[in-house]
Amino acid sequence: MEAKLATFPRLLLEHAHVRGERPATREKDLGIWQTWTWAQVADEVRALACGLAALGFKRGMRLAIIGDNRPRLYWSMTAAQALGGIAVPMYQDAPAAEFAYVLNDAEIVYAIVEDQEQVDKILEAAPQVPSLKHIYYDDPRGLRNYEGVTSIDRLQEIGREFDLTHPDFYNDEVARGRPGDVSIVLYTSGTTGKPKGVCQTHAAFIVSAQGGCGFDKLDSRDSILSYLPMAWVGDHLFSYAQWLVAGLTINCPESGDTVMTDLREIGPSYYFAPPRVFENLLTQVMIRMEDASAIKRGLFRYFTGVARRCGAAILDRKPVTVGDRVLYAIGNLLIYAPLRNVLGMSRIRVAYTAGAAIGPDLFRFYRSIGINLKQLYGSTETCAYVCLQPDGGVKFDTVGQAAPGVEIKIAEGGEVLVRGPMLLKEYYKRPDATAESIDSEGFFHTGDAGLIDDSGQLKIIDRAKDVGKMNGGAMFAPNYIENKLKFFPHIKEAVVFGNGRDTVCAFINIDMGSVGNWAERRGIAYSGYTDLGAKAEVYRLIGECVEQVNTELAREGPLSASQIHRFIILHKELDPDDDELTRTRKVRRSFIADKYGVLIDALYSDKNVQHIETLVKFEDGRSGMVAADLRIEEVKTLPAVPAREAA
Amino acid sequence: MTPARSSGAVLLAVDNISLSFGGVKALTGITFDVREREIRAIIGPNGAGKSSMLNVINGVYHPQQGTITFRGEVRRDMNTHRSAAQGIARTFQNIALFKGMSVLDNILTGRNLKMHATLIEQAIYLGRARREELENRRKVEEVIDFLEIQHIRKTPVGKLPYGLQKRVELARALAAEPILLLLDEPMAGMNIEEKQDMCRFVLDVNEQFGTTIVLIEHDMGVVMDISDRVIVLDYGKKIGDGTPDEVRGNQAVIDAYLGVAN
Repeated sequence: MEAKLATFPRLLLEHAHVRGERPATREKDLGIWQTWTWAQVADEVRALACGLAALGFKRGMRLAIIGDNRPRLYWSMTAAQALGGIAVPMYQDAPAAEFAYVLNDAEIVYAIVEDQEQVDKILEAAPQVPSLKHIYYDDPRGLRNYEGVTSIDRLQEIGREFDLTHPDFYNDEVARGRPGDVSIVLYTSGTTGKPKGVCQTHAAFIVSAQGGCGFDKLDSRDSILSYLPMAWVGDHLFSYAQWLVAGLTINCPESGDTVMTDLREIGPSYYFAPPRVFENLLTQVMIRMEDASAIKRGLFRYFTGVARRCGAAILDRKPVTVGDRVLYAIGNLLIYAPLRNVLGMSRIRVAYTAGAAIGPDLFRFYRSIGINLKQLYGSTETCAYVCLQPDGGVKFDTVGQAAPGVEIKIAEGGEVLVRGPMLLKEYYKRPDATAESIDSEGFFHTGDAGLIDDSGQLKIIDRAKDVGKMNGGAMFAPNYIENKLKFFPHIKEAVVFGNGRDTVCAFINIDMGSVGNWAERRGIAYSGYTDLGAKAEVYRLIGECVEQVNTELAREGPLSASQIHRFIILHKELDPDDDELTRTRKVRRSFIADKYGVLIDALYSDKNVQHIETLVKFEDGRSGMVAADLRIEEVKTLPAVPAREAA
Repeated sequence: MTPARSSGAVLLAVDNISLSFGGVKALTGITFDVREREIRAIIGPNGAGKSSMLNVINGVYHPQQGTITFRGEVRRDMNTHRSAAQGIARTFQNIALFKGMSVLDNILTGRNLKMHATLIEQAIYLGRARREELENRRKVEEVIDFLEIQHIRKTPVGKLPYGLQKRVELARALAAEPILLLLDEPMAGMNIEEKQDMCRFVLDVNEQFGTTIVLIEHDMGVVMDISDRVIVLDYGKKIGDGTPDEVRGNQAVIDAYLGVAN
């Protein structure tokens, strides 16, 4: 790595020098996209850094940054780093109580926040955070009568004055920065225990960004919409590290509610979204197509059929018949291109999704209409950079091959271990946690169970701690099977059992919207969830889905023993209010196993009906009993198919 | 902080106003004043004459007796157009927006009085028309930003939920850059969250733009929280006037609300 490009502030100076007049940051303000060039950004950052320094910010200090994706908040990160400080972006939607924990853990003295909402929260947390002394805000609205907080404008004014009297200060400070310095502390979400601060260096994020940009050929002509939380590692990689490494343009949306409109206006060439967003977009398209005229509906149906047959192959440059090519070209003119335009994806060269399993149909749909949607795998501890999917080798059930510079190994128990320059330096003030997750050979233990498939791509199966063994010795990965079930629109939630048992059985929650609609179209009358779930027709419908999952599992070697033998459609929806799911809708296995013990026993007996009474909490806080006689249905299982034949 | 706002100069003085429709006396001898930069609430049971009072202030109704002094000038022959030109804007109890027009266009109508270009100038869109258009659009965008309705800028108003329509109506009133803002039940029919948002907007408008606000509201919690002074009407008569605390302790007010036989 060239020394002059080894830290983020130096990269910024370089861009200001090389492409000073090119756009670096855009933000939609008062309905108009405002642009800052690289030279302007470098100037703003300089003023911010000098202002912070003039007010006492010292090398090694940490700067808390809280708010939506705003240009000045991104610039604040560089400003802190220019002074040898460390940026600590925090989740802007967290309540004040959670702020206090992170602010204390990171011993924050300086904080830059977005607006009145964040100022109110940080002031609420302040009495519990004795170290916090300086608070700056971006948007002055409603803050006129606040005391003890300063606007960024004022901070920059102070900085500009300081810069006049100390003209060499800024460049000297930037020159003192080392690639091995910690540039950022990102707090993990803390689903297990208190959040931990992950310390990443300039070098780690720069290497990851270079790897990613090289892999997907990103350069200064690309642009991206920055709309995911700044505290999340993915946003830091895409909107910050790759921004400064490739010199691309980041675009900040007007507000959280306008992202879809802004996406269309900007037409980014590079896009990231969690699977949920892609799913919502597709649902909107489908609903609007239902309302379209018969001719349009017919065209849409016909050409999405064509796309399903050959679209993905054309995108992967695989051989396709001339007839299909011609049809696809017509389809592109009539359907795919206009559709991409409506989605704001006309100019997308690469789109990524990660964070959760994506359904194969959903994934194929986007690829088939010509959007190069890919998956990646990584975590906060690895700068979101472990595996990438290469063009032409994209599969829906793997997360791709090892990214440039990354080494992957599967441990005895199936856990994925990774090593490379992108690994975290340490957990902040937690040597115990650091020692626990990085072994003596320098491999980081991801906590995910996975395997490497024939083509050398990594397949993530489950969280390692959830993976168990069946009595026959075969591996049992509940999340993996549940995800397969949940990919069916009729199935909303699923819980499978099999650890330490001979067979696998499942609880199913039907999707009220989808199954309800299905029932209405068939004239099946029902009174509510419990009634609908108990219908013989619905059991048949779900049985077919489960059978398909079994067919897929039969082809997956070690997982073929996990085929589902019996299932129950639960009489109530699993609900966070009843503690059955977490707030982020993850299944609480042990709690469910306790609560529905009778049903599990029935699944593993030869009974066909089981009576159960359950306490439920209603939304208004009252609670009541729900009683039902639940049917248990058997499903066909298939003999395992050798992997070779299946392909 | 709050009491200080009520010590400004008198912006609007209502003196001995009486209004009747045929034999029905809607208002009888009402006298009160509104000071600069304060939030003044008018409360009272149904049919007490609250909306009539607002309609008198902005010139929809013409009182048979009494005078209104606005910014030191006694008003004569008032009509709605003239009151708007003087800097009085209002919202309505039943939303009065153009349902088929977008939010942006609806708010632009609030700028109507600021447009001076002739039809021909507008048609060729040069010179003054262009300058005005840009200026008006900028002002509207500021209001949109202020009320956080960017995401519905281009949505037809008819498709919006009620709470947002109320906010658009406030936006249109604000676009006129009023000196005095009359709000007729700005929070009626809203849920708690929407009410909180609206309260914050009303307070922000008052603080940020220094706009004087007269509001009618039924939610006592809201009224007591955000107003500087409160007038209580009952059967067209003023039965109380003072700070929220004074009004709360006023026996006549308590009787009116609890329904003592008259």
